[in-house]
Amino acid sequence: MTMTMTEQMLADEGCPAMTAKDYRSDVKPVWCPGCGDHGVLLALTKTLAELQLAPEKVSVVSGIGCSSRIPAYLNTYGFHGVHGRSLALATGLKVSRPDQTVLVAGGDGDGFSIGGNHFLHACRRNVDLTYIVMDNQLYGMTKGQASPTSAPDWEKGKLTPGGTGINPFHPLVVALASGANFIARVSGTNANGAVPILKEAIEHPGFSLVHVLSPCITYNREQLDWKKMVRPAPVEATNDPGRAARRLMTDDNLNLGVLYKGDRAPYQPDLRSRGVSVADLEAPFQV
Amino acid sequence: MLKQMEGSMAVAEAVALARPEVICAYPITPQTHIVEGLGEMVKSGQLENCEYINVESEFAALSVGIGSSAAGARTYTATASQGILFMAEAVYNASGMGLPIVMTVGNRAIGAPINIWNDQTDSMSMRDAGWIQLFCETNQEAVDVHIQAFKIAEKLSVPVMVCMDGFILTHAYERIDMPEQAQIDQFLPPFNPRQVLDPANPVSMGAMVGPEAFTEVRYLAHRRQMDALELIPQVAQEYAEIVGRDSGGLISTYKAEDAETLVISLGSVIGTIKDVIDQRREEGEKIGCVAIRSFRPFPIAEIRKACANAKRIVVLEKCFAVGMGGMVASNVRMALSTQPVPVYNVIAGLGGRPITQTSLHNLFNEAAADKLEGLHFLDLNQEVVERELERQRLDECSGSVAENILRDIGAVAASKV
Repeated sequence: MTMTMTEQMLADEGCPAMTAKDYRSDVKPVWCPGCGDHGVLLALTKTLAELQLAPEKVSVVSGIGCSSRIPAYLNTYGFHGVHGRSLALATGLKVSRPDQTVLVAGGDGDGFSIGGNHFLHACRRNVDLTYIVMDNQLYGMTKGQASPTSAPDWEKGKLTPGGTGINPFHPLVVALASGANFIARVSGTNANGAVPILKEAIEHPGFSLVHVLSPCITYNREQLDWKKMVRPAPVEATNDPGRAARRLMTDDNLNLGVLYKGDRAPYQPDLRSRGVSVADLEAPFQV
Repeated sequence: MLKQMEGSMAVAEAVALARPEVICAYPITPQTHIVEGLGEMVKSGQLENCEYINVESEFAALSVGIGSSAAGARTYTATASQGILFMAEAVYNASGMGLPIVMTVGNRAIGAPINIWNDQTDSMSMRDAGWIQLFCETNQEAVDVHIQAFKIAEKLSVPVMVCMDGFILTHAYERIDMPEQAQIDQFLPPFNPRQVLDPANPVSMGAMVGPEAFTEVRYLAHRRQMDALELIPQVAQEYAEIVGRDSGGLISTYKAEDAETLVISLGSVIGTIKDVIDQRREEGEKIGCVAIRSFRPFPIAEIRKACANAKRIVVLEKCFAVGMGGMVASNVRMALSTQPVPVYNVIAGLGGRPITQTSLHNLFNEAAADKLEGLHFLDLNQEVVERELERQRLDECSGSVAENILRDIGAVAASKV
């Protein structure tokens, strides 16, 4: 495939490298002060700069919610889609344009409740996507309702009188069971710590889930403590789903790092690499 | 009791007065405050014997509601915009199964482009789904109509959608005269479901129906809606007798008797229209209006009667059938097909664009002179439209209309990276 102008420039030794700033648009984030999503935006721009990806070779797809505003703040391609459908949309994008690095971003409400079914099947399908879920354990944009990851006794949720009373959703376990090829956790309060993990997630083939602890101190002030509570995972990543399952099932949601790195081949119908064009496919149907 | 309160909270209190047994809640702007208000009442114990369920999506909200209603529980939920589109399959299912669920729609535009502000395209997209649709002009009406909705729904075994303009009503603080619990208990008896779970006679609900009976089932759904044309005014009358206020009915009219120009609309914009009518009446113009309260069933006879002496009809609506025109106007035109009166169709207030008195005066000036086109877009920025059309003429790959226009009007940075 021919290189874009930016790619050619980047390939040129004399050209100055892309910096994190180059990936930021001039749109100011609407997020509250103290929101973990600021850290994710910073980490993401730094990661893209490390990868030296031309902005036009990166697509960021999101759904609805505070964190789903992120495409507007990036200078890459962006797609702000329908609530809960970002993974399905991104799948369509990636299979038709395998040359794009496709990042999917959103929150726990968007990804695990209204979009929960797509999450299962995106893991299962294992298309080469990196799914960055900014989990604040609540719905922030609609002003503080419980989400699937809320603690059962969180009483401040405005649609759950007395707390949800039900088990929180465990996205990492579900991702592993559904076939995700890479599972990691980072903290939105530590952008620099998130960069190498995001980089690894993007570079790893197949479906990568990056679970971000992204505090919402507007609607759950206790999340201020996350910054102090998180720690690097005590063990290295494993490629053994059995070991990973045990690790994730006993995980207390505070271990940061790459937790599972599988070796399943990604789903990728790359027609072009097989030398097949749309015209070739249509040929037998010509009348 | 008189209270100064937000529309959403008023509706929450009204729904609580109806003693719902199951409430399904999922947040979507601008209805969220309603279910939040109900959640607060459940938490404080003000609303008892009610199962309050926070669900994972709008599709789940109405599906859970279908289950609870089928099991004989008085069921309530609320939604808006994308939410009603997402639950569309369940919307048809609820009416097809004759389940008397009451659902508020906090009217909001549908994307793309994403827009959280008010218009009525969302509930209008479900106008033919077999639900009764009642539109509210004020928050007082919203309170009264919600309570009446439970009675109408349960008497006919048909679900009812109560539509109220997002933000303009849901978020507005107004004086509300809240009925007393004893009055509502007198007005609204406990739910006596048409179909019940009976261990002596187990049934499978949602049976497969083939060509041999499908038409009859559908026809009977229509018959029930026709029955609603009689029931809705009756229920309004019963409510008025107990609560002392007439807030229901199929339509309401304002200075319509001798009106030469008759404006037909629905929802909160009727308030602005009435103000403009008052001003024009002072100048001697014979102008009045009709507010449609019940859009489904559509009150054909009442519309005909109200329009009998008018010289022109202006249908102003906050919804738009792309490729056709107004949804309300086409219904009005059908109702008036035997009356030789011009019907002007005005699309206004889409995506929250304010409908100002000045714009309405200009519009009614043109209407009075019979200079309006059949389909008119209030305050359409023709310059922006022409610029985009020109761009499309010049460039086959001219890009997204929404983003292009945002750049044109300076809402986002002019430079493309």
